[in-house]
Amino acid sequence: MTASGTFGYGEEFMDFFEISCLGGVLVKGTTLNHREGNLYPRMAETPQGMLNAVGLQNKGVHYFADHIYPRIKDYDTHMLVNVSGSTIEEYVETAKVVNDLEKIPGIELNISCPNVKEGGMAFGTSCPSAVAVIEAVRKVYDKHLMVKLSPNVTNIAEIAKAAEDSGADSVSLINTLLGMAINAKTRRPVLSTITGGLSGPAVKPVALRMVWQVAQVLNIPIVGMGGIMNTNDAIEFMLAGASAIQVGTANFIDPTVTEKIVHGIEDYCKEHGFDKASDLVGAMEV
Amino acid sequence: MKKYVDDFKVIKNERLNHEYLVLTLKHPDKMPEMMPGQFVEVRVDNGPNTFLRRPISIHDVDYENNTMLLLVQEIGEGTRLMGKLKEGDNCNLVYPLGNWFALPDKPRVLLVGGGCGIAPLLFMGRRLKANGIEPRFLLGARSSDGLIALDAFKELGEVYTTTEDGSAGTKGYVIHHPVVKTHTPEIDWIYTCGPEAMMKVVAKYAGNHDIRCQVSLENHMACGFGACLCCVAETLDGHKCTCTDGPVFDSTYLKW
Repeated sequence: MTASGTFGYGEEFMDFFEISCLGGVLVKGTTLNHREGNLYPRMAETPQGMLNAVGLQNKGVHYFADHIYPRIKDYDTHMLVNVSGSTIEEYVETAKVVNDLEKIPGIELNISCPNVKEGGMAFGTSCPSAVAVIEAVRKVYDKHLMVKLSPNVTNIAEIAKAAEDSGADSVSLINTLLGMAINAKTRRPVLSTITGGLSGPAVKPVALRMVWQVAQVLNIPIVGMGGIMNTNDAIEFMLAGASAIQVGTANFIDPTVTEKIVHGIEDYCKEHGFDKASDLVGAMEV
Repeated sequence: MKKYVDDFKVIKNERLNHEYLVLTLKHPDKMPEMMPGQFVEVRVDNGPNTFLRRPISIHDVDYENNTMLLLVQEIGEGTRLMGKLKEGDNCNLVYPLGNWFALPDKPRVLLVGGGCGIAPLLFMGRRLKANGIEPRFLLGARSSDGLIALDAFKELGEVYTTTEDGSAGTKGYVIHHPVVKTHTPEIDWIYTCGPEAMMKVVAKYAGNHDIRCQVSLENHMACGFGACLCCVAETLDGHKCTCTDGPVFDSTYLKW
């Protein structure tokens, strides 16, 4: 799959490859109302990664349903919507609208965005608030409910377990790690928001560790992500316990990378004597 | 316009001075059409600090020889690595990206460039000339050694220059040049690319004189094709991506 906020609505990549080869596309973060996002500058390149502070720029779920959904609904892959909000009511209202979109088989509940002032990550960093938002959305959302977890917590397994107990069908992790960059020449922060979300290979060891920790306690599937740049990285996440993976930042550097990884996983299975990719899940030998 | 990812071959790396160079890149087969103002995203990829691609303006194209020129200013680690590219090296590009300068509806045009911002103006000058419009260039730099590739511009049209230290052309910024100060000869359209402060002054001048002005922005970006939403500019319609809604904007559309 492709990670939310790194693959647009899929359309941006159609010149590069046939997206039907993907397991799914997580469309960009969608909120109840239009959001302008944060001020420029929103991005800083960092060693083996980048910080972003986009701030969920989108035109709102009603615009999505009326104008974007009709364009993307017949894409030959699973189009999932990443849902975010500042209040539980906003999450619920947004999820309700998406629930009525027949060709959207699931949502990814984003309780982990570090770049919004209210809500977002605040919901995903404590068990009671995570439970409250997941339970509320579960009541109004009938299809697949994936919950995207924040790495900015002390014990991610605890939050993951709370998500499972609240009715999540799967969890995805990790969202970006809270970070910052300073320009020593100007003595100013690089990002307009001072802090932002770190992604890319720099976060991979952290992400891998968290996927593995969560896999020890969960029965529902885990979607792993965090710095996956190639087939080998994807395989590592599966060995750690991820049933599926998302590729994010790598799409910016090689827009065809996901297609390569899809074929790369097939080749790996053949080469190493696995009948199917699902046999790799949690197959790390210790 | 369809976008591609391809390996180009470096066939020449011509150093202009201590900080500027021109790369000549050859397409593996038949180069698709590109427009002046568009850019490419160059994969640098050699070190931990050059993780993202580098957006670089298309300086010129030669469809007959399937080559494109990139004017590169070495300002950071990524561009310095590009400066080390040698004949025969591969250079992976995502291209062509962004929108492009519009053709003018009136014939008297001035192309105003500063620093590395002169890059797309050569390609635009060529397109103007092909459409029967005589391009005039006003190019500014800090000092004479920053006035680069002048011969290429002179082949296409008249070239005016300014330098901040007065070592060549008119002393001062582009806005101090007589062609701008006296508004003679008449100007109907301005195309500008360069430091934001320069473009803002030029845009203001254009606004005051009822001149249509298109500016090309150089915001930092991650992807270059509308996926990351990092390179936004503030416009009358809110945040717009410099990479897909730009890099070329009408100056009056920007909230400057």
